[in-house]
Amino acid sequence: MGKYITFTSSVVPLPIENIDTDQIIPARFLKATNKDGFGDNLFADWRYNKDGSPKLDFVLNNPTFGGTILVAGKNFGSGSSREHAAWAIDGYGFKAVVSSFFADIFQNNALNNGVLPVVVSADFLAEVFASVNSNPKATLTINLQNQTITSNATGKSETFTINTYKKECLLNGLDDIDYLLSKKEQIEAYEKLIK
Amino acid sequence: MNSNNAQTPPSGGRGASTLFDKIWDAHVVSTVDGGPTQLYIDRHFCHEVTSPQAFNGLRTRGLKVFRPDKTTLTADHNTPTINQDQPVNDPISRNQLDIFARNAVEFNLPLYFPLGHIKNGVVHIIGPENGFTQPGMTIVCGDSHTSTHGAFGAVAFGIGTSEVEMVLATQCVLQSRPKTMLITFNGKLGKGVTAKDLALYMISKLTTGGATGYFVEYAGEAIRNLSMEERMTVCNLSIEMGARGGLIAPDQTTFDYVEGREYAPKDEEWETKLAYWKTLKTEEKATFDKELVFDAADIQPMITYGTNPGMGMGITDSIPTLDEVDEAGRISFQKSLEYMGFQPGEKLEGKQIDYVFLGSCTNGRIEDFRVFANFVKGKKKADNLIVWLVPGSWMVEKQIREEGLLEILTEAGFALRQPGCSACLAMNDDKVPAGKYAVSTSNRNFEGRQGPGARTILAGPLVAAAAAVTGKITDPRN
Ligand code: SF4
Repeated sequence: MGKYITFTSSVVPLPIENIDTDQIIPARFLKATNKDGFGDNLFADWRYNKDGSPKLDFVLNNPTFGGTILVAGKNFGSGSSREHAAWAIDGYGFKAVVSSFFADIFQNNALNNGVLPVVVSADFLAEVFASVNSNPKATLTINLQNQTITSNATGKSETFTINTYKKECLLNGLDDIDYLLSKKEQIEAYEKLIK
Repeated sequence: MNSNNAQTPPSGGRGASTLFDKIWDAHVVSTVDGGPTQLYIDRHFCHEVTSPQAFNGLRTRGLKVFRPDKTTLTADHNTPTINQDQPVNDPISRNQLDIFARNAVEFNLPLYFPLGHIKNGVVHIIGPENGFTQPGMTIVCGDSHTSTHGAFGAVAFGIGTSEVEMVLATQCVLQSRPKTMLITFNGKLGKGVTAKDLALYMISKLTTGGATGYFVEYAGEAIRNLSMEERMTVCNLSIEMGARGGLIAPDQTTFDYVEGREYAPKDEEWETKLAYWKTLKTEEKATFDKELVFDAADIQPMITYGTNPGMGMGITDSIPTLDEVDEAGRISFQKSLEYMGFQPGEKLEGKQIDYVFLGSCTNGRIEDFRVFANFVKGKKKADNLIVWLVPGSWMVEKQIREEGLLEILTEAGFALRQPGCSACLAMNDDKVPAGKYAVSTSNRNFEGRQGPGARTILAGPLVAAAAAVTGKITDPRN
């Protein structure tokens, strides 16, 4: 998954706080039994009218904005644990979500699907919204190896945290199940211990 | 993220342990360098919506379910609340339920409870009811309200589908250790104030992100005085302030509830377990990363006015004015009120509503139905109001009949539906139409949660009962 080492993209701004997973993917779309196609219904109730036509005032329907980085207000991904939210964001084509605060379960779900949650300071977030406002083509550069995010409009840069294990997983395309399966003996030993 | 390993003292421990530390530490299998903890899971609950992709994953990798006896399955989210004995109408929902059933067979999972089974119902209701949920356990489910089970003194939390796959394959998850928070409620709750009001009050103080990154322990006189079912209501709502989970130290109330349930330990095993459970409390010298104290007497019946559970107020209060809201949050606040059709500064008491929903893993247990029935006894359902009474499980439904509550409800003009999540997330036909107001005992008032455009006012079972007979937002104390 070399795509994460470093990448630069314009952004899709969503300056709303507390965006919950019911907004990211409403429950009526959770009837599928595989992981495909959720991107089409990302933010469905904000994005489409009742008859399925696009709501023109919603940012995903505004051709001025685009890119593989979603920038959202604080406390992104609260509410339901549905991983469908991460599948929808990934399916739409976002590689990273930038916010000043993420809900816990969402953060895990995103990482487990190769979507990078990047926590920035409230000031940095406000500046990104401001620069995109004045120039929709303003870009961010995210470097996972160095754990930095840079606003190319202002030249300002911040470091973000990610635990080293998860970082290695993302950089090397490993997943948690591989790790856990390699621990079978220890799991069985633990089970004997608690018997 | 935290990277403690089993050898270092737990966060906040400094020698003395909190209840959370004790349970967590007892379940650590290994610690990943610079990363999360590998935690052993005692009970895994599955439902039809967040598990199919996990079973697909097992199939692709050629894996079995590692511990079928520790895996309990119930169909609840995407199920109708009428005619459950007939094939489900919606073909896509039917397919999801069929696949769930097939997975249970293919992977040899005996604890599978399909629609209509006496042990079927909302996952967080059937777990405790059947004795699957016990003190000291680690419990997970692909569902954020898994925090409910913390009421028994368990470390219980919601997980995503990738993690469901991990637990199915290895009975373990990788988790970073959360910080700990102690929330104490001193004093007694006033008359007409329920556990739901206590929780909505707390969330309104902390906001929906106020406990993110923490595992909360609830303590104090008002918590001790709660019944087991009321404790479940409080722990259930922990996630609504962002907490990984919430728990309450087990005591006689807990032991009395668990004893004798079908999957609870029996005889000698019961005695051994009981002795251990009695040690499950926070040591006096233990400290938490954060501590908050509230006075139970300050709490009145609560309602929400906005589109997240933190936007709550006393039933007689007014919605905040714009000046009272942080500048950064104003756009979201206005958007939320616009959606609800409310004005800043408005009072909601006396406001006409269209729907009432009694049910969900928050308030769909027998005590909630007792409270509701007791209030509406001898009164009549308001005209032009649609009321959905949805028991959390078939066992609750049975109890409603056996205790004579059904007669009281029928007499007052109400009907009972069949168990399931129902209008809590509106995956089935129980949808509140756009623009309509619903007083709901569930846990989320997010935009569209109860149907596209639906306007949800969260409340406890007593406020719901009062609304059901007046058709308005009504203070049940009057
Ligand atoms: S009742 Fe609602 S919150 Fe509870 S498990 Fe079902 S959908 Fe989730």
